[in-house]
Amino acid sequence: MTATAPGHLAGAGRPFVEIDRASLAYGGGGGVLALKDCSFSIEKGEFAAVVGPSGCGKSSLMKLISGLERVSDGTAIVAGQEVTGPLKIVGMAFQNPVMLPWRSTLRNVMLPLEIVEPHRSQFRARKAEYREKARALLATVGLDGFADRYPWQLSGGMQQRANLCRALIHEPELLMLDEPFGALDAFTREELWEAMQQLWMERRFTAMLVTHDLVESVFLADRVHVISNRPGRVIYSRSIDLPRPRRLEDRYKPEFVEIVHELRDQIVMARQQI
Amino acid sequence: MKYRLNNRALAPWYAGIGFFLLWEIICRAFKVESFILPAPSEAFQAMWDFWPAIWMNAQQTLITTLGGFALAVVFGLLLGIFIGASPIIYAALYPLLIGFNSVPKVALVPVLVIWFGIGTVPAIITAFLISFFPIVVNVATGIATLEPELEDVMRALGASRTDILLKVGVPRSMPYFFASLKIAITLAFVGSVISETVAANAGIGYLMLSASSSFRVPLVFAGLLVIAALGIIMYAVAAWVERRMTGWAVRGKDRGAGFATGG
Repeated sequence: MTATAPGHLAGAGRPFVEIDRASLAYGGGGGVLALKDCSFSIEKGEFAAVVGPSGCGKSSLMKLISGLERVSDGTAIVAGQEVTGPLKIVGMAFQNPVMLPWRSTLRNVMLPLEIVEPHRSQFRARKAEYREKARALLATVGLDGFADRYPWQLSGGMQQRANLCRALIHEPELLMLDEPFGALDAFTREELWEAMQQLWMERRFTAMLVTHDLVESVFLADRVHVISNRPGRVIYSRSIDLPRPRRLEDRYKPEFVEIVHELRDQIVMARQQI
Repeated sequence: MKYRLNNRALAPWYAGIGFFLLWEIICRAFKVESFILPAPSEAFQAMWDFWPAIWMNAQQTLITTLGGFALAVVFGLLLGIFIGASPIIYAALYPLLIGFNSVPKVALVPVLVIWFGIGTVPAIITAFLISFFPIVVNVATGIATLEPELEDVMRALGASRTDILLKVGVPRSMPYFFASLKIAITLAFVGSVISETVAANAGIGYLMLSASSSFRVPLVFAGLLVIAALGIIMYAVAAWVERRMTGWAVRGKDRGAGFATGG
């Protein structure tokens, strides 16, 4: 197996993320089994969504891929290498934006640059450049005027935008989103779907979105995976080949609605099999 | 609006004056003997009469208190970071700290006297011992209660434990730290006065002890009032520093409330 060459070289012809019959147990062998024989994959540059009933191990799957948890059984391969510890190529955003209240929004967004190499060792020297980069990124999500405000001076939606910027600033090869729009009101959520789609279309990073909102998953993803009840495994995968950019009105088109219904049926089935 | 703000600023003064008035009235109405409970007027009279001695001893107490407090800040901060940084150390040392904090510090003064003799040193150490506990606990709590999501975000970036501690843990614990200073400074006064009362030949505690042995009770109360006044001033200084250093925690109202209860 070759070394993790930057992104596209690694595993030509192989999926970027490959989970093969993975199981994850918390608290040792006799503990809670969060995932069992879970297999699925994400192509390089693909936007994948994972949906399923609550408590089905969606977040566990994400932790497993990002290396925060290790598989109890089976394999997890990312960028051609088996995951053995936290990957450094991952950006993450959670439902709770967890901004640092003592840092301005700009400095919150710059946080990953202070940690991830090669930016870390260049941080002092290239600070002005990084600052501009962070400002530019904030501008793309409509936060131009808010860079120097503190996060607690921003609304929930704005904080979540800044959170997305923080997850993307170091140009991660893999973006992990754990219900990042879950706690927002409907209008803000829809705005952020559009912002997210735009960012993805510009940058084409590999993304994995964990959500329980089927409309959200169909709106954003290239491929949606349905996970069964705990212990979770992927029971159904479906490509979403609706043209991009998708617009909010598209949600009411028959082909969109049909996909959502199909996924819903799968979830209903998943909930019935215990 | 302005009227209400003024009222709020003046409220503590009204309460203070009311307290002394009530005390004065009770003493006069029930003709309480001044060697049992002197009226505040007598205490203030004694303060006036013995001002040079009171001032000299107050300075001594202030210096020992600040010395002990400074030690408590340094060691409390370091130990707090050390304990908060690792759940295992936290679990291992917390019971010890609780046990240590439960020991009445006055019981330690004789031991300190054996080690260091009578005077300033045991008073500084007592002030230190009594005031460093809230600092340790608050700093450790601030670090240990880091949001798990934030830790995941940091770890997914490949941050080391030290990175997480320095970039997130320590800054996050600062509001807890500064909140604890307000408690620690008043406790430091308790510590140094206790020690001065038991084993010293200078300081407000010593002054009160010698005054009470010669039945000059108004002077004892004058000493108590001076300590109380110093305590309020030091508390105000600590509160001001807290507001200056961690305004972000106070301004973000929902968080500020949580932090303030840290002590």
